[in-house]
Amino acid sequence: MSSEAIFHEALIEGGKHWSLTVRSGVVLRLVDVKGGANVGMLFYNPCNLLERYNAPDTLKCQHTFKLTQGHCLYSDMGRIFCSIIADSVGWHDTVGGDSTKALVAQRWGEKSYQSHRNGWTQNGHDSFLVEGGKYGLSRRDLAANVNWFSKVSVDEGGAMTFDSSNSAAGAYVDLRFEMDTLVLLHTCPHPMDPAAEYPRAPVSIQLSKAARATNDDLCRNSHPENMRGFVNTELYRQCTCDGV
Amino acid sequence: MLRESTRTPDSARFRKVILAGDYWVDLVRKGEHFRIVDLEGNQAADTLLFSAADPADRYSFVDTLRAQRNVFLSVGSRLLSTAGNMLAEIVADTVGRHDTLGGACSTESNTVRYSLDKRTMHACRDSFVLALVEHDQFGLTKRDLTHNINFFMNVPVTAEGGLEFADGLSGPGKYVELCAAMDIIVLISNCPQLNNPCNAYNPTPLEILIWGP
Repeated sequence: MSSEAIFHEALIEGGKHWSLTVRSGVVLRLVDVKGGANVGMLFYNPCNLLERYNAPDTLKCQHTFKLTQGHCLYSDMGRIFCSIIADSVGWHDTVGGDSTKALVAQRWGEKSYQSHRNGWTQNGHDSFLVEGGKYGLSRRDLAANVNWFSKVSVDEGGAMTFDSSNSAAGAYVDLRFEMDTLVLLHTCPHPMDPAAEYPRAPVSIQLSKAARATNDDLCRNSHPENMRGFVNTELYRQCTCDGV
Repeated sequence: MLRESTRTPDSARFRKVILAGDYWVDLVRKGEHFRIVDLEGNQAADTLLFSAADPADRYSFVDTLRAQRNVFLSVGSRLLSTAGNMLAEIVADTVGRHDTLGGACSTESNTVRYSLDKRTMHACRDSFVLALVEHDQFGLTKRDLTHNINFFMNVPVTAEGGLEFADGLSGPGKYVELCAAMDIIVLISNCPQLNNPCNAYNPTPLEILIWGP
């Protein structure tokens, strides 16, 4: 949990996008204000944009399909962008992918900006392209994203099921950043959400400062792999432009 | 789902054995069939596909899995790109199930998964990078290395959200065959991993065969 007061809070309406660079040692709390939120998120190293969030590396080194408290989110370079230090939800998805313009149009109908102004139906894929483009990123830089607050479970035969009741009003997840990280995010619907109407769940983003992970830290010790991930990240932090 | 191909090796236009730790990258034309054979069994063929006309449009495991609502690849799986275009379809498979959740090994992920002193051991993503540098006519770089398919690997998901690395369902001579739905660049690393029991710590050769449309 955060040890200091919130220094910034931002409310992001449903169906919108944003990006920010987060310093190591900052805790980013996402709050599902009304329940049923989805926050698509991608992570990059601002000093080397070729280093990006890698969902398969994250899942296999922690032998998990879901993300929750105790898990770390890895880059493709064996380092940890952030650790999930608290989670009131229990299951976040990183395999369901992203909504696209075609999917939104087919599922919920396209509402243009011309006719609906801020009520237009944006999609996750284009949101990442817009936010990433602000830093020189393009289609080639995309990766499998996290879908905070969303649950996709898998049965024995491999079938995937979306759980509409996964996240309730007030649910939150705390991400402690272990290295400086460029965060791209959107609040567009999960691509498997079966809702009849285009979902528009607002999310509050609260930033605060945390103490550095101690040797008995939950995330560092939840898997022996994470101890090594923390060593890699610490080495990087002490040797590069990311030094704090 | 199991389905054998009607194509015979003697009619293939191209055959090549990829040794463990090597890569193969080439253009496969629309309508051509290409087969990957697990010559000795339980080897991993780490595979990436790119649209030849627009390489930024490339294989996307999340879009592929979501469209078929299932995490395993087999006969009938349509391998989709980020933009939702079909790159290829699996048309024959004598294994029954292939993974696309586990990604490719790298020297960096080896330090996390196994031990910090494994940092210099050979890994698939080193093969991918070398393939792209040695074949720069495709215009691809590390930037284009996205999440891959692991043909012949078996990675089940539990109902509780765990990920398992189970014994492979593959065996000597088993294969998977794909039909290209457009001109595609196929990039394969024959996995050199020496730290994982899934291949009995013994990486072995694969064979590629291509038939004209």
